[in-house]
Amino acid sequence: MSNAPHIFVRQTSAPVRVPPLSERGIAGWMRDNLFATPLSGLATIACILFIVWITPDLVRYLFIDAVWSASNGEACRAPGAGACWAYIGRKFDFFMYGSYPRSEVWRVNLVLAAGALLSVWLLWPDAPGRTIAAVLFFAAFPILAFGLLTGSSPFPKALLPQTPEGQIGVTIALLMALALGFTLLSLGYRLSGIALTGAVLWFVVGAVWDSLGLQKVGTELWGGVFVSLLVASVGIVFSLPLGIALALGRRSQMPVIRFLCILLIEFVRGVPLITVLFMANTMLPLFVPQEWSPDRLLRPLIGVALFASVYMAEVIRGGLQAMPKGQFEGAMSLGLSWWQTMQLIILPQALVLVIPGIVNSFIALFKDTTLVAIVGIFDFLRAVDTQRLDPEWAGPTISSTGYIFAALFYFVFCYAMSRYAQMMERRHAAGRKR
Amino acid sequence: MNAMSLSASIETSSPDRDAVIEMINVNKWYGAFHVLRDIDLSVARGEKVVVCGPSGSGKSTLIRCINRLEEHQAGKIIVDGVELSDDLSSVDEIRREVGMVFQHFNLFPHLTILENCMLAPVWVRKLPRREAEEIAIQFLKRVRIPEQAQKYPGQLSGGQQQRAAIARSLCMAPKIMLFDEPTSALDPEMVKEVLDTMEELASEGMTMMVVTHEMGFAKQVADRVVFMDGGEIVEVNEPQAFFSAPQHERTRLFLGQILR
Repeated sequence: MSNAPHIFVRQTSAPVRVPPLSERGIAGWMRDNLFATPLSGLATIACILFIVWITPDLVRYLFIDAVWSASNGEACRAPGAGACWAYIGRKFDFFMYGSYPRSEVWRVNLVLAAGALLSVWLLWPDAPGRTIAAVLFFAAFPILAFGLLTGSSPFPKALLPQTPEGQIGVTIALLMALALGFTLLSLGYRLSGIALTGAVLWFVVGAVWDSLGLQKVGTELWGGVFVSLLVASVGIVFSLPLGIALALGRRSQMPVIRFLCILLIEFVRGVPLITVLFMANTMLPLFVPQEWSPDRLLRPLIGVALFASVYMAEVIRGGLQAMPKGQFEGAMSLGLSWWQTMQLIILPQALVLVIPGIVNSFIALFKDTTLVAIVGIFDFLRAVDTQRLDPEWAGPTISSTGYIFAALFYFVFCYAMSRYAQMMERRHAAGRKR
Repeated sequence: MNAMSLSASIETSSPDRDAVIEMINVNKWYGAFHVLRDIDLSVARGEKVVVCGPSGSGKSTLIRCINRLEEHQAGKIIVDGVELSDDLSSVDEIRREVGMVFQHFNLFPHLTILENCMLAPVWVRKLPRREAEEIAIQFLKRVRIPEQAQKYPGQLSGGQQQRAAIARSLCMAPKIMLFDEPTSALDPEMVKEVLDTMEELASEGMTMMVVTHEMGFAKQVADRVVFMDGGEIVEVNEPQAFFSAPQHERTRLFLGQILR
């Protein structure tokens, strides 16, 4: 202090040096992350001790003592036997497909494979032709999946022509519609062209579907993993757009729309999912004529989608509220309409902002699908739960093996969603870092 | 008659000029607070008007009324022959012709600078993308940041961001440009580059209304200076006279505080 000159002009630049050893390398990392304070050091040691204590037993139970192959529960019932993986192998088909006829499970597999392929194509950020993927996933895939899984025509029966004259008339109309569709496409009206051509294809597929001779499989036979995935994906696919619509409605300037959205959100959010499922199950059929009564699987699907939507609406509303007023003003001053402002400016930013909340909702939804068992839907967890009492296999390790397998299934899917979301967050943040 | 006297007053306020913005007896309240009181102002085509005044005097509110970011409750605002009303199409029409530059830039952070500039031409003017891109690059060159086109707003300095915001507005080929304290949020060393851009724009004949504290800019560029205080226009004069011989006592007080 006393030596510091009052007036100073630098003659040579101060050198740039590497940080001291304590700030780099493994030792530095360990000091920073594991032993920063005495409490942190104690916690580290406690965790290490816990891992050392639990790992050998876990490895022994899951791998070393585990029964990997057996034709019945005999080997698994032997004293000291570990997890009974043979049981999982034997019951695997049931866990996957429930009571779906074994000769027909190729249809489920086809749907699952197509769904997996399309969702990877759609979710892969740099994949080419993602618009095509979106059209296939959101329009073609549901129609074909319905046709394959139920075995009945995916076009409403009542709208198909029944008389020969009708068939001729419809064929002519179809050809004209197809010509118009191609004309629209060639003129560059992509959306309407695709929609019209797609509708014609839908009709044609629906008309010839029954001649494929697929065995009809009622939803009471559906079960297992594929039903869980079906409920979850319907919930996820519908909750995002519905949630956005409800969130925008709740912030609308129009009092009637705002009131209706608030009413729906607060009402559905204010009751447990089980109540929503019961209501969907018993009340939906009361509102429509007997012959239009929704299928027993469709009812909980509607319930789950509705329930997920209102939670999603509040998550998205949080993102909308975080948007600075300047973004609206910037867009308005350029002459963008309200819809354009929302679609181009506000939602792309607000949704990225609430990715953690959205994924949180998706993960909660994925696990909540297990509740559809309450209204008699045979989801994956229920399939696992019923089979552990099979007298041929029943034994002390069967229940835990089944539940470990179920836990693993849910964890893999939820963790994958979480990782994907983190990747997307990083991608969206990358361009905008200061 | 009322209508007669109104039209007469318009003629006296702009006898031989081609008025592109006309505010006639405009009043606005925030709740019970009277922010704009009996505003009468007319801006001619090609004219540069600087609006100054102490903070809270309503100068930002005034220019934000011109493109309906704020709604006035009484009086008339006519922009390029179109009267602002509750009819949304008149608002849309005016916003297409009036560009605005904000204190905090209000660029869209999720789009690149080029995309920021192309957005409105493509979606509002319905130009093909190629053409919009050419226009955008042309204006980015004019504000001298063509090399920043592919970057995101967050990667630019404040001065560059504000120049990008000016380019974004210009891409819509506006007839009028409004500036709401364009340099107030900038670090001192970046103020000049933005003012230079604005001066250039002024020299090209753009009609401009600028709310600013930059008195140097007002002296050099403005055709008229409007001084506001307490929600009313206190004094309007040519810059030379305004700065050298302010008439109203409140003007003298204000100038005494900011120029020393």
